[in-house]
Amino acid sequence: MEIINYIKDILKALRSLWKGMMVTGYYFVHPKEIVTQRYPENRKKLEMFDRFKGEVTMPHDENNTHLCTGCGICETNCPNGSIEIITRKEINPETGKAERVIDKHIYHLSMCTFCELCIKTCPSNALAWGQSFEHAVFDRHKLTKVLNQPGSKLRKEPKEKKVTEEKN
Amino acid sequence: MLTSIIYDFSPLTHRIDQFLSETFSPGWAVTMELVIVGLVFLLFYAVVGLFLVLAERRVCAFIQNRLGPNRVGPEGLLQTIADLLKLLFKELIPIKRADKFLYNLAPFIVIIASFMAIAAIPFAKGLHAIDFNIGIFYVIAVSSLGVVGILLAGWSSNSKYSLIGAMRSGAQIISYELSVALSLLAIVVLSGSMQLSEVIASQESGWWIWRGHLPAFIAFLVYLIASTAEINRGPFDLAEAESELTAGFHTEYSGIKFAFFFLAEYMNMFIVASFATTMFLGGWLPFHIDGWYAFNHMMDFIPPVVWYLGKTAFIIYLIMWFKWTFPRLRIDQLLTLEWKYLLPINLVNILIVAFISWKNWHF
Repeated sequence: MEIINYIKDILKALRSLWKGMMVTGYYFVHPKEIVTQRYPENRKKLEMFDRFKGEVTMPHDENNTHLCTGCGICETNCPNGSIEIITRKEINPETGKAERVIDKHIYHLSMCTFCELCIKTCPSNALAWGQSFEHAVFDRHKLTKVLNQPGSKLRKEPKEKKVTEEKN
Repeated sequence: MLTSIIYDFSPLTHRIDQFLSETFSPGWAVTMELVIVGLVFLLFYAVVGLFLVLAERRVCAFIQNRLGPNRVGPEGLLQTIADLLKLLFKELIPIKRADKFLYNLAPFIVIIASFMAIAAIPFAKGLHAIDFNIGIFYVIAVSSLGVVGILLAGWSSNSKYSLIGAMRSGAQIISYELSVALSLLAIVVLSGSMQLSEVIASQESGWWIWRGHLPAFIAFLVYLIASTAEINRGPFDLAEAESELTAGFHTEYSGIKFAFFFLAEYMNMFIVASFATTMFLGGWLPFHIDGWYAFNHMMDFIPPVVWYLGKTAFIIYLIMWFKWTFPRLRIDQLLTLEWKYLLPINLVNILIVAFISWKNWHF
């Protein structure tokens, strides 16, 4: 019986080795599985993956409005002070009350460690990751960016609308 | 004339031989021939070695879903040449309290061992440097000389990594040598000759891996495993084990001396693969199927050199395939595999082969 177990062992080992070889063999004959990008050549059509952290951006819609209320939570949360927020008071024509409005959302890309704390903690989801990654410039002042576009405003979404959306 | 040279090299070599012996005295003619053969092999050695390094890097890249070197030259073809140029310019770092003489000698022993083995390989009809009547014996003897170089390199470097690597390599090669020789012996029994040209001639009606039934196939598998261990390649690369021993026996070598070890390793892979080709896969003989005359005739049109290189490339691919698939063995597992599995299987196998050959049961 020893000898039968011995031969069984060998056959089992050969089968498992063959299984492993089939995995690598499959990858060898399927060049589509290759994940490496030929970067400078495919620059035009290179698309980064969803979770790629390129730079912090503030998405604006077609009416040049954004979601930033200027609360400053991102600024206090940033561990290395890459975000500076400058706000101003503006009188709301409807209510006649003074309101805080974002003047400049300054982002220092040169200091950012891409920790994502600003985006995670933003209460109004005003920030998002951008997909661009070619950040090299000859002047480091160019790495200091103003995220809100000139003349942009806070987007005010009617609260009823959200409720109806949820119902649907 | 030119087209027939590709199919049979003997008229060309005879003509060169005739020309040399007519114009020079016999002693000089032989010397000239030796120099010519040496130069051809030197060139061949460098080109094949560099190409194999590149091939390995690309094969392993494809297996690991990468692209591998593809920037230097078209599809990275000049990558290894650039690497070699870099190695040529690098400093040869002297080691403190190393055994200088042995330290410098070791790479040469390793490279000479593989050079000597390459001489006995039949590349094509008439393209065969030395056709010993004990060719197989000669190659087995010469290829195990390399371990002397490895042991010397490990000993003389005055480094613990090198010494451990060399000792492992010694244990490994001495034990796996047995399996290599015994699996080749199976084919020697079948073909009835140790002369490599006759082994090939005996496969005219079919390759041994097919004609020798299952035992020949088992011998082929054992040969592949044991010879991979003998050339210190993964999954048996304990002697180099870069994750444990930095680089094993060649840790302390730099520049061209390191390149010698590196080239010799890849050339040993080529030699092992070409031996598998010669013994099991019919050498430079084309692929024939009995009775299919048109098919056989078409196969004859492909030159023998192409057949030889194609089969060798296939074996080399197999060796690379399992290097990049399997994890490295531990030293005790390595010795268990040899002494408890490969050797008994081989001994039983050779008995069966002898019986088959005696009863004339092979095709």
